[in-house]
Amino acid sequence: MSDNKPCREELLQWINVVSFAVDDVKLFLDTHPCDENALEYFEEFKKQRVQALKEYAKFYGPLNIDSACTPAERWAWISSPWPWQEGGC
Amino acid sequence: MWNYEKRLQYPVKITQTNPKIAQVIITQFGGPDGELAASMRYLSQRYSMPYNEVTGILTDIGTEELAHMEMICAIVHQLTRNLTPEQLVESGFDKYYVDHTLALWPQAASGAPWTATYFQSKGDPITDIHEDMAAEQKARTTYDNILRLVKDPEVCEPIRFLREREIVHYQRFGESLRIIQDHLDSKNFYAINPEFDTRSCCK
Repeated sequence: MSDNKPCREELLQWINVVSFAVDDVKLFLDTHPCDENALEYFEEFKKQRVQALKEYAKFYGPLNIDSACTPAERWAWISSPWPWQEGGC
Repeated sequence: MWNYEKRLQYPVKITQTNPKIAQVIITQFGGPDGELAASMRYLSQRYSMPYNEVTGILTDIGTEELAHMEMICAIVHQLTRNLTPEQLVESGFDKYYVDHTLALWPQAASGAPWTATYFQSKGDPITDIHEDMAAEQKARTTYDNILRLVKDPEVCEPIRFLREREIVHYQRFGESLRIIQDHLDSKNFYAINPEFDTRSCCK
């Protein structure tokens, strides 16, 4: 994980891309549970997603509870805008 | 158990309000073929589903529909924020406003409130999956109808994303139907209802 602050919009866009890949292949795997290519694809994008969410939480606050940085001085979950608000994700 | 993720599945960034089109789009929140009905349909049907692949697809698509409901609500919210009383009257949004101000409430475009009668949970896998496939097509048609009325690209883009997901879900439900039929008597799929007739008490 780099200490250089990543661009928020770019990182968020990347999170949306890798998360969508996971969402989509997850459905495919439900009906094709033994598809080797899909299993590999899932593994790769899941890894990228976890990494990107961790990176985002470090600089801009957590998007989910598992990537929240603890301990913290203040509960960051409520600090960033909600997704439907201006500046939200 | 569910966990919330503080982002939309696909971004919604609308800069121009449009209460007239919001009144149409809200139907995909609380209307007959909307995302709330879709989610409740699949999440209700899954408990008695005997096949793991299909229980998985109902759970995961039912969950994704909640994310779609959130996108629709974000669209309606952004289309209706900061409206003046004059804009409310002019656009015809005043009738919604008088009951809900600018809050989100699940209703159809006609104003009919959301109701569980929009979906069925029948307890027969062939029946339920046919309903689910039809539901995805009805939602796809609704998005096609919305897209004919919307000119703003900031609104079109997330609506197009949602429309495409209906087609993917339809495909996955089609595969689910095949999986169900593979478990049944190929000479008569209707010989038994596997959600009822194969329970241990009936053997």
